Amino acid sequence: MDHISPVIWQFLVKWLTDFAVIPPEASKIAPQVDALLVFMTLVSLVGLTLVALLVTTFSILYRRERNPVATQIEGSTLLEATWTIIPLGLFLVMFVWGSVLYFRIYTPPPNAMNIYVVGKQWMWKAEHPGGQHEINSLHVPIGQPVQLTLISQDVFHSFSLPAFRVKREAIPGRYTTVWFEATEVGTYHLFCSQYCGTSHSAMIGNVVVMTPDDYKKWLESSTSGVSLAQNGERLFASLSCTACHNGRPDARGPSLANVYGSKLTLSNGEHVQVDDEYLRQAILNPSAHITQGYAPIMPTYQGQISEEGIFSLVEYIKGLDSNYRIQQTTNTTSFSPAVTAKSAAEGTVKP
Amino acid sequence: MSTILSLPDQSTARIPKRNYLTNENGILSWLLTGDHKRIAILYLISITFFFFIGGALAGLIRLELLTPQSDLMATDTYNKVFSMHGIIMVFLFLVPSVPATLGNFLIPIMVGAKDLAFPKINLLSWYLYLAGGGLTLWAMITGGVDTGWTFTTPLSTHYVNTNVVTTGLAIFIAGFSSIFTGLNFIVTIHRMRAPGMTWFKMPLFVWSHYAASILMVLGTPVLAITLVLVVLERTIGIGIFDPAKGGDPILFQHLFWFYSHPAVYIMILPGMGVISEVISTFARKRVFGYSAVAFSSVAIAVFGFFVWEHHMFIMGVSNYSTLVFSLLTMLVAVPSAIKIFNWAFTLYKGSITFETPMLYAFGFMGLFTIGGLTGVFLGSSGTDIHLTETYFIVAHFHFVMVGGMLMAFLSGIHFWWPKMTGRMYPEKVSQLAAVITFIGFNFTFFPQFLLGMLGMPRRYAAYPPEFQVLNVFSTAGASILGVGYLLPMIYLVWSLKYGKIAGDNPWQATGLEWQIQSPPLTQNFIEIPVVTQDAYDYEWLERQKEHEVTQLG
Repeated sequence: MDHISPVIWQFLVKWLTDFAVIPPEASKIAPQVDALLVFMTLVSLVGLTLVALLVTTFSILYRRERNPVATQIEGSTLLEATWTIIPLGLFLVMFVWGSVLYFRIYTPPPNAMNIYVVGKQWMWKAEHPGGQHEINSLHVPIGQPVQLTLISQDVFHSFSLPAFRVKREAIPGRYTTVWFEATEVGTYHLFCSQYCGTSHSAMIGNVVVMTPDDYKKWLESSTSGVSLAQNGERLFASLSCTACHNGRPDARGPSLANVYGSKLTLSNGEHVQVDDEYLRQAILNPSAHITQGYAPIMPTYQGQISEEGIFSLVEYIKGLDSNYRIQQTTNTTSFSPAVTAKSAAEGTVKP
Repeated sequence: MSTILSLPDQSTARIPKRNYLTNENGILSWLLTGDHKRIAILYLISITFFFFIGGALAGLIRLELLTPQSDLMATDTYNKVFSMHGIIMVFLFLVPSVPATLGNFLIPIMVGAKDLAFPKINLLSWYLYLAGGGLTLWAMITGGVDTGWTFTTPLSTHYVNTNVVTTGLAIFIAGFSSIFTGLNFIVTIHRMRAPGMTWFKMPLFVWSHYAASILMVLGTPVLAITLVLVVLERTIGIGIFDPAKGGDPILFQHLFWFYSHPAVYIMILPGMGVISEVISTFARKRVFGYSAVAFSSVAIAVFGFFVWEHHMFIMGVSNYSTLVFSLLTMLVAVPSAIKIFNWAFTLYKGSITFETPMLYAFGFMGLFTIGGLTGVFLGSSGTDIHLTETYFIVAHFHFVMVGGMLMAFLSGIHFWWPKMTGRMYPEKVSQLAAVITFIGFNFTFFPQFLLGMLGMPRRYAAYPPEFQVLNVFSTAGASILGVGYLLPMIYLVWSLKYGKIAGDNPWQATGLEWQIQSPPLTQNFIEIPVVTQDAYDYEWLERQKEHEVTQLG
């Protein structure tokens, strides 16, 4: 093979040995997406072959040498109806099939564990509820649905996991979510796929899929010691949220215990479901989210708290089922709640 | 190989002394002309200039991607190169390519008019194009822009430090040139058809330009508004798109794609018009199902306005709106399928010859079919999640825009070259160029489908090493493609002086433009024709010829 350039030879060998047209299937949804991709590829091949056959056959049969005079034909309603209806039918099948997958990919199951991810120029920062922080990598267990709550701190980014066939844009100013269930242990690509400036192509990392046991070990070995909710509680106090949201009868803000997932009536009569996105908006833009019966006195926290901080607060409020600890931290104020020792011990104080 | 070429006796034939090229002399007679044919030539020269700049930038992109590391240029430079490539190719080449050159030249003649309805606005449109193009070049020379051609906020408004304002204004200005062209076509087609030229006697080239013109007139203003908002947000900080000020960056995506999706139909519809003319001429047959092809152009234009959100399926839009837009996207794919089959059946029982325009048209049909079918992969929302923002998208729209539109443009340029210049291009070398282009194109862009399937994101200056082999294929193909584009540039210029004299109707085609002298008179027709024949009426053409002979005899 000395007449072939070694570089080209090397490429050919590499290409033949590593050749792949689809990435590894490492999530539950991946084989389902691939099934549709295969179906579409087959339909496309048939369609393309049909067009190529028609053009080639007619070009041979009706070339000038064989057929010097053309026969004029207006058209054929029957034929035209055929090639309107058959493609339409096939496209509709792809539409329905694709939509089913789309709803599956973007509708997380209720038992999914949540990991928060911030995109910023030019890195991905993942925040696990247990207080594990990682940059440009994501550790997940096998066989457990994982939901990602994404946000961008600056420009549009896109969290792309080709091996899982999922992708979601991380957008400034609002949460987006995506979920997956990993099925194969391994390390896979994590890309930012929305162009985001200078180092866009360096905003890449790995998603590491581990067995549940390894994952548990990883969680223990990499925790910062302060869980997201604990950090949220600290922020809740240091930002003086406790001054109003303490659940006392004369509190100037609504009690936040068990507020997550509940249905609120706002002062403008609107009904909202409290979710991550609502909590985030209520912190940053409170005047637009006044709970009925309260005065619009809350200042905005825009610019005073990072996206990671908001994650902590949201995680804290999510798990908040009592105002007891809040009131403990504010016990030095003039008002002293009449708390019986019994109910306090049970942690169920709700004035 | 047989041919339909019928040229006059080369030893005695002359280019008519009086024609639109010789009517007036001097540079001013060109710069101040109101003649649609001269403006078409001005446009042709300018868009060719921008095409080669955009092409050189594409060459740089492919060279950088030869290796996984970013080693030929800094990532910032790479980002500017692909941004300028996109901006120049989309706004300064693809959008004006066929309409502003072939459309400008042919639409008045095809409907039997002396000129477009507003010749001065037509000239103004060229100057606006030049101003927009010049400003774009200025922005490029003074530092470039690195937002991508999509100007995504808040990257473009708050984060990059390059010439966003200059480029935005340049596109704003160039947009008006497109609006004016569209306006001129609509008015001309409505009001200036020759006696007897009813809507359903118009060539399909005119129908597809009519559909594209509606898109230009209704869509481009939205782009203009969007760019003004970006410029205002960047300069004086109004908070339309900035979430920190209560704005919504998704709103930008809606506005931008409300223009930019119809824009792909602005680009492809005129190309489809070219293909209808060429296939009919070289098969010597009426276009199969004339009215289906005509209405499918209009259907594409109408549906084209209601599918923009398929660019945003992964951006956190409501799942239910995705459902609606995915369905509409599937519907817009159908008229394109109809066209492809109608063209294929135009060949049935034809009398086919294979001159260069026909070869390019065959190339169009193959590549556009692939481009269209892969569009369905992206219109189906579940698979779009995996494929969007990867090289699959890049390959898909290059198959449609380069494989489709550029093939159609080259087909049309060769087809009408004898009419525009009075001389033939050299047949053999141009057939070779068509084949080289087809091969080079597939080599360049087919590997990108595989890269996209594997997940390689677009707009990456550096990429994981496992993607290198396919990228090397793509770059190798691009160099073949480059040769394919340089060849016509050389032999077409050569033919201006040395090409054979074409005569009035070298292809024996039926359109009104072929019944007048080549190159045409400034006023196109000596007397306005009265149209009795259908479009693509080859029997009528035969009778005309017999008539001529008996008269002369």
